[in-house]
Amino acid sequence: MTLVGRPVPHESARGHVTGEALYTDDLLGRLPGLLHAWPVLAPHAHARLVRLDVSAATNEPGVLTVLTGDDVRGEGDTGPTRHDEPLFPAEVMFHRQPVAWALADTLEGARRGAARVVAEYEELPAILTIQDAIAGESFLTPPLRLARGDLGVMTTSALRFEGELSIGGQEHFYLETQSALAWIDETGGVVVQSSTQHPSETQEIVARVLGLARHQVTVECLRMGGAFGGKETQANTWAAIAALGAAKTGRPVRVRLTRALDMSLTGKRHPYLARYVAGFSATGELEAVRLWLWSDGGWSLDLSEPIMWRSLFHCDNAYHLPAVEAIGRVCRTHKTSQTAFRGFGGPQAMVVIEEVMTQAAHRLGLPPHVVRERNFYRESDTTQYGQTVEGADRLRTIWSTLGETSAFERRRAQVDAFNRAHLHVKRGLAITPAKFGISFTAAFYNQGSALVLVYRDGSVQVNHGGTEMGQGLFTKIRQIAADSLGVPAEWIRLMPTRTDKVPNTSATAASAGTDLNGAAVDDACRQIAGRLSAVAAGHLDCDPSAVRFAGGVVSARGRSIPFADLCESAYRERVPLFAQGFYRTPDIHFDPAAGRGRPFHYFAYGAAVSEVEVDGFTGAYRFLRTDILQDVGESISPVIDRGQVEGGFVQGVGWLTLEELLWDDRGRLATGGASTYKLPSWTEVPEVFHVDFLPRAAQPGVISGSKAVGEPPLMLAISVREALRDAVKSFSTGSNSPPVTFDSPATPERIFFAIQEVRLRNRPTTRTPTAPATGLARLNAADRAGFVAALGWVFEGSPWVAERVWSQRPFTSLEALHTSMVSEVARASREEQLQLLCAHPDLGERARAMSDASLDEQAGAGLGGLSPEGHRGLQELNAEYRRKFGFPFLYAVKGSTPDQILEALVRRLPRSGDEEFAEALAQVSRIARFRLEEGV
Amino acid sequence: MPHLSLTVNGRSWRGDVPEGTRLLDLLRDQIGLNGAKLGCGEGQCGSCTVLVDGRAVAACTAPAASAAQKAIVTVEGLSEDGRLHPVQQAFIDAQAFQCGFCTPGMIVGAVALLARNASPTDSEIKGALDGHICRCGTYPRIVEAVRAAGAAMARGRRG
Repeated sequence: MTLVGRPVPHESARGHVTGEALYTDDLLGRLPGLLHAWPVLAPHAHARLVRLDVSAATNEPGVLTVLTGDDVRGEGDTGPTRHDEPLFPAEVMFHRQPVAWALADTLEGARRGAARVVAEYEELPAILTIQDAIAGESFLTPPLRLARGDLGVMTTSALRFEGELSIGGQEHFYLETQSALAWIDETGGVVVQSSTQHPSETQEIVARVLGLARHQVTVECLRMGGAFGGKETQANTWAAIAALGAAKTGRPVRVRLTRALDMSLTGKRHPYLARYVAGFSATGELEAVRLWLWSDGGWSLDLSEPIMWRSLFHCDNAYHLPAVEAIGRVCRTHKTSQTAFRGFGGPQAMVVIEEVMTQAAHRLGLPPHVVRERNFYRESDTTQYGQTVEGADRLRTIWSTLGETSAFERRRAQVDAFNRAHLHVKRGLAITPAKFGISFTAAFYNQGSALVLVYRDGSVQVNHGGTEMGQGLFTKIRQIAADSLGVPAEWIRLMPTRTDKVPNTSATAASAGTDLNGAAVDDACRQIAGRLSAVAAGHLDCDPSAVRFAGGVVSARGRSIPFADLCESAYRERVPLFAQGFYRTPDIHFDPAAGRGRPFHYFAYGAAVSEVEVDGFTGAYRFLRTDILQDVGESISPVIDRGQVEGGFVQGVGWLTLEELLWDDRGRLATGGASTYKLPSWTEVPEVFHVDFLPRAAQPGVISGSKAVGEPPLMLAISVREALRDAVKSFSTGSNSPPVTFDSPATPERIFFAIQEVRLRNRPTTRTPTAPATGLARLNAADRAGFVAALGWVFEGSPWVAERVWSQRPFTSLEALHTSMVSEVARASREEQLQLLCAHPDLGERARAMSDASLDEQAGAGLGGLSPEGHRGLQELNAEYRRKFGFPFLYAVKGSTPDQILEALVRRLPRSGDEEFAEALAQVSRIARFRLEEGV
Repeated sequence: MPHLSLTVNGRSWRGDVPEGTRLLDLLRDQIGLNGAKLGCGEGQCGSCTVLVDGRAVAACTAPAASAAQKAIVTVEGLSEDGRLHPVQQAFIDAQAFQCGFCTPGMIVGAVALLARNASPTDSEIKGALDGHICRCGTYPRIVEAVRAAGAAMARGRRG
C-alpha cells in the first residue's frame, strides 16, 4: 500500500507533543562558553551616526566586546539582491536600526553593555508614508509595467469609475522569533544554526560578511517555529552577527530577537496604495482597467521587486482583462525593509481587482457574484503577460460546485430576509475566487536537489534543500521517499537541512517546497531503486523491469527478497546505495522588458463563500460560516493540505480584518507586541467551517499529481472582506444604495465608519443638479404621469419602474437615472421581476405583443436575416430555454451578430435557474440603458 | 544570589537563581527543559505555559521566585514511562499542530482545563485557551483534540 495520498502522521508528531522537537534556540545549553548579543538601537527613523564610542560598554562586568563595522573583514552588507543593507550603518534608515552589538556572558549583561555604548546622531527628515514617498520621488525601483489591449475602449464603456484603496501590511509573528547560533568548529570552519527558510543564502551572506569562501561556512536549520516568508531573506542578518561575533571572540554566539526587537527590526508584508480606473459594459463585463500600485518597501530593496512583479501577475486574479495597464513601483521609506509574506504581493493586487469587481456590481445594480463569474477566464484565454490559462475550467467547476454545496442562492435569500427583519444587525454573504501562479518568478530558483543515503540494513537518510516551517514538507517528502523505495515510513529518516549535504539550494518559498524537493528526492530514490532492481533481477531470476518495491519487500514473479537483504547484497556487489537527485521546473520563462512569458508552471484555483454578521452600533462582526473548495491536485497528504487551507485562510482573515500595523509620526512602530497587535485567535475561525478539495484533480507534470497549497488559500479570505462589504451595504436605507468601500484591514472601527457613511449618504438630497441635459431637465420637472408616460416603456411592459423612481428626482445624469431604475427592479418582488422578464418577446419571433422598441432592436441585430436553419436552431434553443427557466431568453442584442446571440444562448442554457434569473435581469438593465440613451 | 527550591516534573530542584530571573528562563537555561517556548514575552501568546501547583501560568512573565516551594509541571512531565498523556495522544491523532511551536504550551493549557472541567464544551475549550496563539491557525483541530482527550480521559476513569 502506498503512503502518498493517505493521512499519515506528521513526521515530528511525537517531538511536538512532548517538547522534544528542537528549534534553533533550544540548542544553547549544548554550547559551553556561549555569548549573548544585544543591539545598540538608533532612536531615529532617519539620522546620520556622527559618533560611536564603545569604550564604556566593555567596562561593564561580563561584557566581552562590542561588534562594530571595524570588525568586518569581508563586506559589511547583508542585502540579498542589491547590496544596500549595511550591517553597521553610518546613516540610520529606520527607527531602532542596530548600529552596534554588545556581546556578553549573559543576555542581561549584553543589554547593559549596549546601553553603555555612546552613539550620537544628527537627525534627518524621514519619509514615513507611501504618499510622502511618491511626493518626494523616493523609490527603490523604476516603474514596473504589464499591459495589453487598447485602453481607449474605456471612453465608450457604459460604466467608468475610479477609486483608491489603501491596503495595510502584516506582521509575520512567526511564534519562534528570529534566532541564530554560530561557532567555530574543530576545523576552523564556521557553523551556523539558523531559523532560516534559505540556508544557502544565509551561508552566502555569512561568508560575504566574514570574507570567506562559502565552503568555510555550514548552515543548518533544524526546523522553524513558523516563518510565512519572514525568514526567506530576513534570517541572514542575525546569522551574520552571530558568525561575526564567533569569528571575533572564538566563542559560540547566540542572537535571538525578543518579540519587541523582532517586530521593530524585521520586515513585514508590504502596505500598498492602489488607484484604479475601470470600464465595464452595462452587463458587467470588464472592458478595460488601469491600475497603479505603490508598495511601501521600507529602507532597502530586499525582495520588493519580485514581490511587485507578482502583484502585476496577479492583478487579474481569476478574470480575463481584455485591456489592461498595471504599473507598480516600490517606494522607499524610513521603515523596516518589507519582505516576503505568504502570497508575495499577490494578495494585495487580488484585493484590488476584487474591489473593482464589487464596485462595478454595485454601480450596475448587479449581484457581485454574477459580475465575477461573467469575467472569469475561459480555457485557453491568455493572461496580461501572455501565459495561457490552463485549467480555467477547474475554476468554473469549483465555482458552480461550491455554489451548490454552500447553498449560496438559498442563503442569499435568507441573508436578505434577515437584513429586512433587522435594523441594526446585518448579515453579509460573498463568494470570491482565487487563482495563484505557482513557481518562483525568477526562473533559476526553480530547481530542487536531494541526497538520499541508503544503508546496508535498508534504513534511509533523506537530505534535501527544503526547510520545515510547519507546512508539512518533511512529512510529504517522507511519504514520497517511502513509496519510491517501497519501504515503511519509519525506515526513512529526514535529516535537518544543511548546506554541506545539499548545496546551492533555493529558499523554501513560493509554495514550491514539495514540487521542487519532492521531485528531487523522488529522482534520487528512483535511481537507487533502479540499481537495486538490477541486483534483485539476479536474485529473483527475472528482468529488472519486473521488480517491484513495496512494504519493505522486493519481489518479482511470485518470489521476493527483503529490502534490507537486497541492500546488503548490493553493497557486496559494489553497487552504490546513495544518489543525488535533481529537478528543474520545465518550460518557464519571463522577459520583464517585454512583460511577456510563462512565469508559472501551473495555477492553483480555489473559491470561498463567507457569511458574516455586523453590529451597526459598534462595527464589530462575527464570522458565521465559510465554505472552501480548493484545488490541491491529488493531495500527497490530505491532513496536511487541509491544515494549510484552514490555517492560510485564518491568517488571511487576520490580515484583512484585524491585524493593523501603525507607525507614529516619528516612524516608531506603535503596534510592536502581542498586546497591541491583534492576531487571529479562536473567534476568527468561522463558526461553521467547511473545507473540501476538488476531486479527481491530478495536476500533470507535478510530483504525484499534487499541487502547491501553502499560499493560495490565504487569498480566499478576501471572501470575508467582501461579505463584510455586503453587510455594510445593507445598512443603506435610502433609495439610492451607493457603492461601499473601506480600506484594509476592515477593522471594526473601519466597518463602523463605513456604516455611518452608508447611512449618511442615503439621506434625501436637496442638492440641485448642475447643468442637466435638456431631456433630463424636462424629466426632472415632470409630474408623475408625465414622467411615467415618458419613461414607462424603458422596462418592457413595466411602467411601475418609472413610477417608483419618480420621487427620487432630480437626477443628475442619465447614469444616475438608470442606476435608480435598476435598483428599483432589484428591490422589486420576485413576481414583479418575473413579470418584467416575461413581458419580453422571444428572440427572433414575431410575437404579437412585442413593442415597437423591441422590434427595432431585433431588426438591428439582423435577426430577420437569419437563414432558415439558423432561425430554426434559434427557435428550438429558445423554446428549450423557456421550458427550463420559465421566462424568455433575454439578450441585449444591439450591436450583436446572430452568431453571438446563438453562442450566448448555448452558453447560458446549462446554468442554474437563479443564475440565469440574475443574468436575465442584468440583460434587461442593459436594454434599458440603450433605450434611455436613445430616448432621453 | 537568592536560593530557590522547587519541584519540576516530580523531581526536586534547588539552586541559585539570579535576581529578576523569569520562570521560563529558569526552566530553559538553568534546568534545561526546552519544552516551554518564548513566544511574545508578555504573557499574551501562551507558548510558555506551564503548570504551577496545577494552575496554568505564563512562565515568560512569572518571576522564578514565585515558583519557590511549588510543584511545576512542563510538557516534558506529562508522559509517564514513555506513555503519552491522553492530551498529547489526542494532539497527534487530530494532527493539531503545524510548526509545533505553540504546541507544548497549548497542551499544558488543555491539561489544566481538563483537570478542572472533565468534559468541556467547545466554547469552554476556546474560552480556556483564549490566551494561546497558534499563528499557523490550527485552531479547529486543537478544539477537536481537546474534546477527544476529554472523552478519552473519561473512558480511562470508567475503565
